[in-house]
Amino acid sequence: MLSRESSATLMNAVTAFIYREARLQDEHQYEDWEKLWTEDGVYWVPANGVDIDPEKEMSIIYDNRSRIALRVRQLMTGKHFTQTPQSRLRRLVSNIELMDEQATGDIAVASNSLIFESSLRDDTLWAARNEYRLRYVDGELRMVYKKVMLVNNDKALFTLSFLV
Amino acid sequence: MNVMTGISPWEQLIRPDRVHGTLYTNPAIFEAELENTWYRTWVYVGHESEVPKANDYVVKSIGPQSVIMTRDEQGKVNLLLNRCSHRGNQVCSYDKGNARSFTCPFHSWTFANDGRLVGYAFPDGYEGQDKSKLALGRVTRVQSYRGFVFGSFAAEGPTLEEHLGGAAETINRLARSSPEGEVEVTAGFLKHRVKANWKFILENECDGYHPAFVHTSIFGVADSAIGKLYGGASTAMTRDYGNGHTEIDLRPEFRKRDQPMSWFGTSSERLPDYTAQMNAAYGEKAAREIMIDGTPHVMIFPNLFIAEIQMFVIQPLAVDDSVQHVTALQFKGAPDLNRRLRQQTMGSVGPAGFLLADDSEMYERCHRGVLARNPEWIFLGRGEKRERQDELGFRVGHVTDEVPSRGIWSHYRKLMERG
Repeated sequence: MLSRESSATLMNAVTAFIYREARLQDEHQYEDWEKLWTEDGVYWVPANGVDIDPEKEMSIIYDNRSRIALRVRQLMTGKHFTQTPQSRLRRLVSNIELMDEQATGDIAVASNSLIFESSLRDDTLWAARNEYRLRYVDGELRMVYKKVMLVNNDKALFTLSFLV
Repeated sequence: MNVMTGISPWEQLIRPDRVHGTLYTNPAIFEAELENTWYRTWVYVGHESEVPKANDYVVKSIGPQSVIMTRDEQGKVNLLLNRCSHRGNQVCSYDKGNARSFTCPFHSWTFANDGRLVGYAFPDGYEGQDKSKLALGRVTRVQSYRGFVFGSFAAEGPTLEEHLGGAAETINRLARSSPEGEVEVTAGFLKHRVKANWKFILENECDGYHPAFVHTSIFGVADSAIGKLYGGASTAMTRDYGNGHTEIDLRPEFRKRDQPMSWFGTSSERLPDYTAQMNAAYGEKAAREIMIDGTPHVMIFPNLFIAEIQMFVIQPLAVDDSVQHVTALQFKGAPDLNRRLRQQTMGSVGPAGFLLADDSEMYERCHRGVLARNPEWIFLGRGEKRERQDELGFRVGHVTDEVPSRGIWSHYRKLMERG
């Protein structure tokens, strides 16, 4: 159990990390966003609920670290037409909470996000509950795990090709 | 039919090498094609493996209509319309489950999972009423081909096998990639919505001209060998099976490579269990041939697309609104292959897929594009002069030729003219 002071310090660091991630995503800073990941990072956007087994059932995104890198490399080509031109994005992140400590020592955090996307097709609103596991690597917070639970992930979704 | 000219309006809109842009955007044409194609021809609905046990159900669709596929207590597969026979309320609100009956929440009418009305609340108000006339609506004809369940609202017409015609062989070919000869649909569906007419999707599935351009971003960074299959020097072929079914036959290229599992970008060494099971099931020689040829790339008109490692089901909701339902193909008795199929599928398709996000972008841009009225036509003449017949009499062309689009439109015209 952290003391009240160290908990507040951690909360500040985690909040700053999550805000920074949100800004890098909104502004398509793909390489800087990729640097937020640890070497064993997992990026997961489930479909059809929040508790499916991603090893058995389809997820919208279920990237290991090398596939995260591939996703970023495709975006960097400038020929990923769904993001050429890029979506214009702004997201609000709130309800940031430190969750139960992990046995691994990783920091568990949850937040809500609301994303406004303007693309060639139309304007689209996305909403999600996000679960993170963060870890200090060389004194900097990094993402080990990010799970994005879209509120409407059981429905037919339009293309989701920006970083969510 | 225009009595002055003797030319049907469909003949004016659909020419051998071009089709009119309004075919994709006119709401009246969309309504007409629901009646004359979707609600008449055989349409793929679901797979038997999605309802493995008695009383299992899964909610599917035929166009905008919600269809409950059930397996009743006798083990029979039913396609029931999700509409209470009383006042039209949907009787099923969950995507899947296990239920002997469906009770309508509105007035508590209860239907068995074979569609029979088994009870209503306060029955004394229905004295003398024949319950058997108030069953759930059903898809008129239901037939399965190797576990793939199709439905047709036409009481009469071609059988499913007649409809599939030469394309039935592609489903046989698919099933052969299972050591037990069976495909399974067990990995759940991603649902990807596009603001575009469904026929842009239908035509793109066997368009071998676009991958080199639309998918250049992922082919480049993933070090993929797929791009070459669709290059100018490729020996792969497009094929028109008739009845609207079309194929990209990649086997000539895979046979040149002569490497088992190369079609899937891997090797026998990396799938030792699968290779052993295939050898045991088919014998080493036949197994090797199957594992060289791979699975088909075939578009079964109007809505089932088998794309080597995954299958798509196309659902039209409105003239400019469509959903692609997609899942990894799974082969009975092949767990190590299946795991890779799921991983590859998740990367490639769905709303965030490396391939399908770009395809879907093209569908939406095409839809907005054809709202412009000049030129009026979509030009589909690529390879028209070099079409030929294969040994079975099906029309084939170079992998980049528009043989499939021409085949689809020729069949579509027949269906619409008959209407």
